Amino acid sequence: MAILIKGGRVIDPARNLDGRQDILIEGEKITTLAANLEAPAGARVIDAGGMIVTPGLIDMHVHLREPGYEQKETIASGTRAAAAGGFTAVACMANTKPVADSASVIYFIKEKARQEGVVRVYPVGALSKGLEGKEIAEIGDLAAAGAVAISDDGRPVMNALVMRHALEYAKMFNLPVISHCEDEALANDGLMHEGLVATILGLRGIPAAAEEVMVARDLILAELTGGRLHLAHVSTAGSVRLLKEARARGVRVTAEATPHHLCLTDMLVQSYDTSTKVNPPLRPAGDVAAVVAALAAGDIDVIASDHAPHADEDKDVEYDYAPFGMVGLETAVPLVVTELILPGKLTWQQAIKSWTANPARILNIPGGSLVPGGVADVTIIDPDMEKEVDVNEFYSRGHNSPLQGRKLKGWPVLTIVGGRVVMENGKIIEE
Amino acid sequence: MELMVKARIMDADKLRRTLTRIAHEILERNRGTENLVLIGIRRRGVPLAERLQKLIREIEGVEVPLGILDITLYRDDLTTLSVQPVIHRTEIPFNINGKKVVLVDDVLFTGRTLRAALDALIDLGRPQNIQLAVIIDRGHRELPVRADYVGKNVPTSRKEEIAVQLVEIDGVDQVLIRELPEEADVNP
Amino acid sequence: MRLQRKDLLGLKDLSAEEIELILETAAPMKEILGRDIKKVPTLRGKLVVTMFYEPSTRTRTSFELAAKYMGADTMSIATATSSVQKGESLRDTARTLAAMGTDAVIIRHSAAGSPALLARTIEASVLNGGDGMHEHPTQALLDMFTIKEKLGGFKGLKVAILGDILHSRVARSNIWGLTKMGAEVRVVGPATLIPPEIENLGVKVYYNAEEALKGVDVINVLRIQRERQKKGLFPSLREYARLYELTPERLKLARPGALVLHPGPMNRGIEIAPAVADGLQAAITEQVTNGVAVRMALLYLLIGGAN
Repeated sequence: MAILIKGGRVIDPARNLDGRQDILIEGEKITTLAANLEAPAGARVIDAGGMIVTPGLIDMHVHLREPGYEQKETIASGTRAAAAGGFTAVACMANTKPVADSASVIYFIKEKARQEGVVRVYPVGALSKGLEGKEIAEIGDLAAAGAVAISDDGRPVMNALVMRHALEYAKMFNLPVISHCEDEALANDGLMHEGLVATILGLRGIPAAAEEVMVARDLILAELTGGRLHLAHVSTAGSVRLLKEARARGVRVTAEATPHHLCLTDMLVQSYDTSTKVNPPLRPAGDVAAVVAALAAGDIDVIASDHAPHADEDKDVEYDYAPFGMVGLETAVPLVVTELILPGKLTWQQAIKSWTANPARILNIPGGSLVPGGVADVTIIDPDMEKEVDVNEFYSRGHNSPLQGRKLKGWPVLTIVGGRVVMENGKIIEE
Repeated sequence: MELMVKARIMDADKLRRTLTRIAHEILERNRGTENLVLIGIRRRGVPLAERLQKLIREIEGVEVPLGILDITLYRDDLTTLSVQPVIHRTEIPFNINGKKVVLVDDVLFTGRTLRAALDALIDLGRPQNIQLAVIIDRGHRELPVRADYVGKNVPTSRKEEIAVQLVEIDGVDQVLIRELPEEADVNP
Repeated sequence: MRLQRKDLLGLKDLSAEEIELILETAAPMKEILGRDIKKVPTLRGKLVVTMFYEPSTRTRTSFELAAKYMGADTMSIATATSSVQKGESLRDTARTLAAMGTDAVIIRHSAAGSPALLARTIEASVLNGGDGMHEHPTQALLDMFTIKEKLGGFKGLKVAILGDILHSRVARSNIWGLTKMGAEVRVVGPATLIPPEIENLGVKVYYNAEEALKGVDVINVLRIQRERQKKGLFPSLREYARLYELTPERLKLARPGALVLHPGPMNRGIEIAPAVADGLQAAITEQVTNGVAVRMALLYLLIGGAN
C-alpha cells in the first residue's frame, strides 16, 4: 500500500533539506519527494502538518541482550522499544552470552532480527575473543557475516597493544573500532562521577581522568595505525578537548554522546536511584555543557542512546550492587528535544544529522537520508506533544530510567521501516 | 481555644497559708524530718516542693533533701498525644531507699500522673513509704489513688480546668477555675 | 516538639533545631543510665530490629541497650554473610520485617544509600547505623553530645577531624552536624585520604597535622583501616604514624584542655598514642555511654509518640 506523508517539515541533513515537502512511499521505497503531491488512488495519506519528518533515526549504540540475557531484553522487545522511540535501525553491542565474537552469533542476531524484529538490526562484533581484551577476535569473519563495527563495549581494552592490533586489522575491512574509554585502574571500582556529589553521598568516585586517559591513548593509537576510531559515549570536557585537538590534526576519529550525558548531571544520583548508575557516569554541569557544545560544533558526530536494559530485580538493590546502565531508546528523542532543541542549545538539523546521516556514514549502512529510490525508513516527530515518561509503558523489558515521571516534549509519533508503519502514536503495529 | 475564667479560688495569701498548713501536717504525720525527702513532679510540683522545703526549714531548722521527677517517660498516653512531650531531666541527687518520700504536685485529677510518678520512683529504689501532697484535689479519679495532704478539695466538672499559677512559672500566685466556652461543647 | 521525619538517614538533612532537640533529649536519658534500674517503660510493646550487614559489636550493642533501656523488645538480624550471597534482597528482608510489626530498624551496611533504600520500602522508622562512606549520624550526634557536655556548646569552636577522611562516614556526619551548629571544622590527613571537593562542605583542608591542630578545642581522631595501606593509599603504617599519630607533643599544639575523641576501636600507636588515649583529655570511654543516651533519645523522638 502506498503512503503519502503530506504537509510536514522535512529535515534531511544529508541533502541539506529543511522545508515543507510531501513524501510518497510505494512498496519498500520512497518514490517521490516534492511539494504538494497528489495521493495516488488507494494510498494512505498521513497528515504531517506541524510535524517534523526525518529519515529513519539510527541508534548506533544499544544493548539488545539477546542471546543470553533475555530477562533484560530480547531482540523482539528491544526493536519494539526502538520503533516506539522513533528509530528505524539500531546497532547492537557484542556483550551477549555467548559474546558476539564469532560469525555464528552475528548470523543468529541477524536471523532473529529478521524473524522477530520490527526495525533494522546491525550487529557489532566483539573486538577481542570473549571480550577479554587479550586476543583480537576473528574480525574478518565478523565482517563477512555482517558486523558493521567491532567493539568490546561495556569493557575497556586495557592492553594498548591489543587495541593497536584491532585498529590495524579492522582497517582492512573498513570497520570502525568503537572504543569504550575507561581506565579500569583509575576507575577503581567507582560507582559515580568523582566530585562533590560523590563525596557527599559516600559513593566511590570514577574520575573524569579514567575516561580521558583512554581517549588520549586511543587517539594516539588511531594516529599511529590510521585505523578508524569511534569513541563511544564521550562524557567529559577533557575528552572533548582531546577529541578536538586530534580532529584538528586530521586523526580519523568519530565520536558519539548519549542523551543522558547531554542532558542529565550527577546531581540526579542524590536519591541513590540505581537507574542513575551508568558507565561512564553522569557528570557535573560543566562536562555536560562541554559535550553539548562539541555536538553542536560537529566534533561529536552522533547521538546514541547506549540503551542498557536490566531486569527490575537487578536494579532493585543497593547502589553498590546494581549493574551499570539505563534504558534510552524510548526517551532519547523527547529528552533531546526538551533539554537541547527547545532551549536553543542544538538545532533540529544538528540533532537529526547526529541520528541519521552521521551514523549511517560511520557504520556504512543504508538509510540516513530521504532519497527517491531509496529505502522508505521515515520517522515523524510531533514537536509539540507533551507527556510524562512512564516506564511501565515501555516496550523495553528494562524499566531502568531515571526519567520516570518527567514531563517531556517532542515525541516520535510514527515510525516507518521499509515502507511499513511499525509504530503509530506510541503503539507498535504488528504485522 | 480561649478559656474563660470562672472563679479565683485562691490568691497568694491563701496559697501561702495552705502550704504552711501542709508543711505542718507533713511534720506532724512523720514526727519530724528524719528520713524525710521531698520530690516535686515536673512542672509545677517543683516550685511547690521548694516552698515546702523552705517552710519546713523555717519551722524545724532542718533542710530536707529535695528532688525533681520528670514522669514523661512513664506516661501511659504517649501514643495518643498529638504533640510529643519534651523529656526533661529527673534530678534526685540522693538515694531514696528507706526514705519517707513526699511527692508534691499541683493538682490531683485522674490519678494517672501519680501512677506514672509511682512507677518512676520505684524504678529509682525502695522507699519506706510514699506520700502525696497536692494543692487541689478536683476529683474524677480513674485510678485508686488518694492524696495524703490536700490544700483544697474542689468539685469540678470535666469541662472545667484547674490552673494553679505560681510566681516562679506564671509570675503570679493564684488558683483559677477556667472553663471552655459553650460553643466548644457544640463543636468539640 | 518532635522530629518531623520518619527516619534518621544522615545529619545532612537535619536542621540545627532538630540536632539541638536530640542533644537536649539525650541529657535526661543519660541520667537513666546512672540508675541501678536502667529501664523505663516508654517504648513497651515496640519492636526494634538491628540489621547489621557489617560486623560492629559496638554500635549494635549500643542500639540494643538503648532500645532495651527504653522498654522496647529487640531483635538482631546478624548478617555476617550478606543477604546478597543468600539471594535475598534487602527489600525482601525489609518486607519480612514489616510483616512482623517492626517499629524501628537500625541498619548498618557497607553500601552507601542502603538505609535510604530501606526507608523507601517500609513504614517503620529507619535509623542509619552507618552506611558505607556516607553517614554515621548517631556517632556524630554522640560526639556532639560529648562536646556539648564538656565544652558547653559549639559556636566558634574549632574542631579538627584527623585521619582517613575519604572513607569516613563519621567524618562526613560530624562535618554536617558541627558546621550546622556553628563550629569551625578542619579536616587533616594524607592527600590520598581527603575526598575531592570536601572544602565545599565548609571545612578547611590540611595535610600537615601540626598546622591543623594549632589552637583547636576538639580533636576527633579517626580509625585507620589497615586495608587502605594495602590498596596503596599510604606507604606504611609506620609513616602514617610518624605524620599523623596524635601524640602528647601534637596534642600540646591544641588549646590547653582540648577534648580528644575517637569513635573506636582504636589502633594504639598508629593513629593515637596510648598516653593520649588514656590521658585526662580523652573522653573516649564516656563517648560509649553517651552513645547509648543519644540512641535512647533518638528512639524516643522517632517512635516514642503517636504513630
